[in-house]
Amino acid sequence: MKRFAIVSGFLVMLLVGWELASESGRWSPVLFPSVLSVARYLWGAMMDGTLFEAIRVTMQRLLVGYAIGVAVGLPLGVLTSSSQLLEDTIGSLALGLQTLPSVCWVPFAVLWFGQTEGAMLFVVVMGTVWSVIIATNHGVRTIPPIYARAARTMGSRGIHLWTMVMLPASLPFLVSGMKQGWAFAWRSLMAAEIFVTILTGFGLGQLLHYGRELNAMDQVIGAMVVIVLIGLLADRILFAPWERFLHRRWGTNVR
Amino acid sequence: MLDQVTNQSTSTPVATATSKLVVEQVSKWFRTPHATVHALDNVSMQVAAGEVVCVVGPSGCGKSTLLDIIAGLTKPDAGHVLADGQPVTGPGRQSLVVFQEPSLFPWLNVFGNVMFGLRLCPELSNGERREIAHRYLALVGLEKFERAHVHELSGGMKQRVALARALAPDPQVLLMDEPFGALDAMTREHLYDDIQRIWSASRKTIVFVTHNMREAACLGDRVLLMSKAPGRIVQHFEIPLPRPRSIYDAELIGHAGRVADALRGTIGGGVTE
Repeated sequence: MKRFAIVSGFLVMLLVGWELASESGRWSPVLFPSVLSVARYLWGAMMDGTLFEAIRVTMQRLLVGYAIGVAVGLPLGVLTSSSQLLEDTIGSLALGLQTLPSVCWVPFAVLWFGQTEGAMLFVVVMGTVWSVIIATNHGVRTIPPIYARAARTMGSRGIHLWTMVMLPASLPFLVSGMKQGWAFAWRSLMAAEIFVTILTGFGLGQLLHYGRELNAMDQVIGAMVVIVLIGLLADRILFAPWERFLHRRWGTNVR
Repeated sequence: MLDQVTNQSTSTPVATATSKLVVEQVSKWFRTPHATVHALDNVSMQVAAGEVVCVVGPSGCGKSTLLDIIAGLTKPDAGHVLADGQPVTGPGRQSLVVFQEPSLFPWLNVFGNVMFGLRLCPELSNGERREIAHRYLALVGLEKFERAHVHELSGGMKQRVALARALAPDPQVLLMDEPFGALDAMTREHLYDDIQRIWSASRKTIVFVTHNMREAACLGDRVLLMSKAPGRIVQHFEIPLPRPRSIYDAELIGHAGRVADALRGTIGGGVTE
C-alpha cells in the first residue's frame, strides 16, 4: 500500500511538472502539448473508436506473431539442447540472428512480402523466435542432471521424462525466455508498424507514425502512453502469475 | 560393449538364491579426450535379502560409480549386476536411489514428489498410491508437511522425503549414495535412528555408500572397504552388533576404528585427495 502511494505520488508529480512546464509558455504547444490536450486526444480517440481499433489490430498481430514464434522456438530450443549437431547449426544461426535488431528485418520483409500483413507477421516472428530458441536451449541445458537421474531410477523415460521432468524443471528458464520473446515481439511490431504503412489495419505504431506526419504531438504522446500501458498490462496478465507460481515453488526470486 | 554385457549376463549362471543383489566382476573405465581413467576393477559383491551393506573408501575410489552401475544409471564395461536374479540393463524400479545432492522436484510439493514414483507403478490404483504415499511420509515423520513446497524444508527433511520417495514404490534394493553427507551432525544422528527404525519395519535390502566410518559401522551388517582408484573391494568387516545402535557405543567405535585403520592402509604411501 505504501509502495502504491509512492508510485502514484511520483506519477502525479510528474504530470503536474509536465503541465506546469507546458503552461509556462516557454515552448510551443505544438511541440510540448499540455497533459490536458493529450488526455483530450486520448478521450476523443476512445470515443470515436480509433484507439480501440488500433489496439485490436496491434494485439492481433502481436499475439499471432508471438504464438508462431514460441511454437517454433520452444521445440527448436529443446532440440538444439539435446543434439550437438543441431546446436552447432540451428543454435549458432539463432545466436547470430538474435543479435540483429529486429527493425533490420523490416526492409527485407517489405521487399519479400510488400506492404502486407505478412510483412508484419514476418518481422514479429523473426524478432521472437531466435531469442526463444536461445532461452529454451539454455534453460534445458541448465537443468541439474540429478532430476533426470532420479526420475529414470523411478522408471521415467522417453515422453514421460520430457513432459513430467525436463519441461517442468526448465520452467523458470522457459518463462524468462518467453518473457524476453514477448519483449522482442512487442518492439519488433512497433518498429514494423512505424515503418510499414498498410491499408489492411491501422495499429498503434501507425497511430504514432501519423501523429508525426500530421505534426500532432498530442497524438504522438498519447499513442506512446497507450503503448507503455499495454506493455505493463501484458506483463501483469501474461507473466506475473507464472512468476508468482515459480517463486512459490522454487523459493527463488525470479524477478 | 553393450553386446559384451548382455552376452555375459546370459551366459553366466544365476547366483545363490538367497542373494538379493549380485555384482559380478564389474569393471569400468571412463574415457576423456585426454586420458582413460580406470574407475572400477573387477568388483564383485553379494547382498542377501534384508541385509544392509555399507561401502566405504577414499574419495574418488569409484564407490558412487559402483552405486550408479547397480542402479542401472551407468553401464559397466565388463561384468554384470543381478537384482533378484534378473540382469540389470537400465534404471528402473528394481533399485531406487537416495542421492547426496538434493534431488526432489521443486515443481511438485512433498506429497507430489512421493507420488511421482508411485504414478509409474501401473499395478496400483490411484487410491492405493495415495494411501502408500501417506504411509511412507508418516514413516519418515513428515505427515504434517505433505503440502509443503520443497524449498520450505530443511536439509534433513528433504532427505527424509527423498527416502520416502525411494521406499514408496517398494524397490528390491534401496541404494543410498552418501545421503547424509551434506547434513549437520545432529541431523545425521537423528537420521541414523530413523533409518534403523525404518529398516527394522521394512527389512529392505540396502547398499549404503559413505566415507564416514562410524556411519558405516552404525548402519551396516557388513562394511566393504574399497581401495583407491581403480576401485576394488579389498576387505570385508562384519558388524555383529544388536540394533538399534548408537554411534557413541564403544564397541561400534571400535569397529569403525578397525575400518578406518584398514582404510589408511589402503591409501598407504599413495596420493590421497
